[in-house]
Amino acid sequence: MSAPAGYFGQYGGRFVAETLVPGLEALERAWAEAKGDPAFAAELDALLFSYAGRPTPLTAAPRLSDEVGATVLFKREDLCHTGAHKITNALGQALLARRMGKTRIIAETGAGQHGVATATASALFGIACEIYMGALDTVRQAPNVERMRMLGAKVHPVESGSRTLKDAMNEALRDWVTNVRTTHYLVGSAAGPHPYPSLVADLVSVIGREARAQFLGLLGRLPDAVVACVGGGSNAIGVFRGFLGDPGVALFGVEAAGEGIGSGRHSATLTAGRVGVLHGAKSYVLADGDGQILEAHSIAAGLDYPGVGPEHAALKDSGRTTVLSATDEEAIEGFRLLARTEGILCALETAHAVGKLREVVGRLGAGRLVIVNLSGRGDKDMGTLSRIIP
Amino acid sequence: MTRIGRALAERRANGERALVIYLTAGDPSLETSRTLVLAAVRAGADIIELGVPFSDPSADGPVLQAASQRALEGGTTIARVFGLVRELRAETDVAILLFGYYNPIFVHGEDAFAREAAGAGADGLLVVDLPPEEAGPLRAACDSSGLDLVPLLAPTSTDARIDRAVSIASGFVYFVSITGVTGAALADLGGIEAAVAHLRARAGGLPIAVGFGIATPEDAARIARIADAVVVGSAAVRTAASGPEALAAYVASLAQACRNPGWRRGG
Repeated sequence: MSAPAGYFGQYGGRFVAETLVPGLEALERAWAEAKGDPAFAAELDALLFSYAGRPTPLTAAPRLSDEVGATVLFKREDLCHTGAHKITNALGQALLARRMGKTRIIAETGAGQHGVATATASALFGIACEIYMGALDTVRQAPNVERMRMLGAKVHPVESGSRTLKDAMNEALRDWVTNVRTTHYLVGSAAGPHPYPSLVADLVSVIGREARAQFLGLLGRLPDAVVACVGGGSNAIGVFRGFLGDPGVALFGVEAAGEGIGSGRHSATLTAGRVGVLHGAKSYVLADGDGQILEAHSIAAGLDYPGVGPEHAALKDSGRTTVLSATDEEAIEGFRLLARTEGILCALETAHAVGKLREVVGRLGAGRLVIVNLSGRGDKDMGTLSRIIP
Repeated sequence: MTRIGRALAERRANGERALVIYLTAGDPSLETSRTLVLAAVRAGADIIELGVPFSDPSADGPVLQAASQRALEGGTTIARVFGLVRELRAETDVAILLFGYYNPIFVHGEDAFAREAAGAGADGLLVVDLPPEEAGPLRAACDSSGLDLVPLLAPTSTDARIDRAVSIASGFVYFVSITGVTGAALADLGGIEAAVAHLRARAGGLPIAVGFGIATPEDAARIARIADAVVVGSAAVRTAASGPEALAAYVASLAQACRNPGWRRGG
């Protein structure tokens, strides 16, 4: 028997119902072919440029830099069409779905950013779209539910389990197992069964390529560190991939510590999880000693997930990345700091990375050069934040 | 050969089909499960597929999702599932196949899980989210403990995948009749018949069970014409909620359909 496909060290693989395996094999082949097809790359590049707004700028942040004691530049994924890096993955996978002759696209979403991006790409290509979203998340990210509906997508609130991203993913898998022949499952994170962790990372790695070239162009050298928030891990793997071959660039992933790791109410999977299998891949998971998945918690719906992409698990174990975690409070503090020093309202997910900047600077020493991946804008969080910030 | 293989062989020798009844362990309590399993056995179930509850049953429809949730809320743990098997084994010689998801087995440790399952009296494992490519370690653990490992095949499985699954299978192969989750509606019989015939030609004599979507004695009779075993899950769990007598009457009606398949295969 051949070695199982799609591993990052001991993590990854394809742990799904047999019904889905042939579909995953077909997707793997289709992506390998599309990647090698110059016409596909040209069409995707043109869309990313003229529709999504890539390349996104790398913005200096002088007042925030003074506050934290480092030279901080932001990779402005919040300026992408639909307000987050997610459109980059959605456009690539929707193009692939069209190439595979799929007539229907489904997706899970937590914060709703991936759902909006998927609904947008589906509308652009005229493909039917249905989105699964935890019922709790449809309330706390209500503006994004409306955006998806306006874009013509059907949004299914998921009432099972913790009614968040994990349960949305279960429901999307149930849909896919039923409709795999006609439907593309547009996974939104660098997680799930092979080939999704590789496929999504390949698509979003444009973030890191741009950031590296832009930084070199501006400062004539590489940064000392790159910081990104990690839920499933797509924005982080996107920016990290640009620097994996640069050993002098430290990579910091910031997970959601929720109400604190000790409280048990958190989403810090790499920090406090164990090795297990969830949603098709072996990685770190939040689970009890019987392997039952624990409910995650974060103020940021997009990080509120008890799993993490397998490449992040391997990068953590190898020591290439350093994993930190920010509490809900630290994230809110990061949000305020960025708003008041730089005039940018970032997503609560992104705010976790901002909220840990002082600690990153503490570890690096003062005066260093740091890129923070500003993964998304905060409009969707105004309801939550206006209740918290006086 | 385990009790699973013997049960299938005995039915086959008589020109009959085996009846496999699924129940979730601990739904809603372990004591209730024990009573329900024994009722199903007395009514004619040949193999009990005992569900190990999981928090995130992504291949299950609403009925089995709810059963898992009730079992976990009732405090069902892996240790208690093994305890239930041990109690059942004291009272019945029925074949017991543990059905579940991979994470509880992986976290428990594959070797320990297989050893403890076998020690309690279980005969085999079926892991819904463990395709053959990833099943190597558990296959080895099952071999060491004398357990069958039953693979699932689906309408979407290619010949290469059928061959790979058959190569690691023991006991029987489980054909999922539909592309869908447990408890969905049964697909057209012609398609299932063709798929089972195709599978039989590649299965090297292994018995073939068909499940997913079989709810009525009429469904069971139709599947009994083409398969060696008929699996009923969601409909059994739904009926079990009305108590052991209701379950027993229902299982007896299914068993009747399996005893008279209406078409006897030679040999």
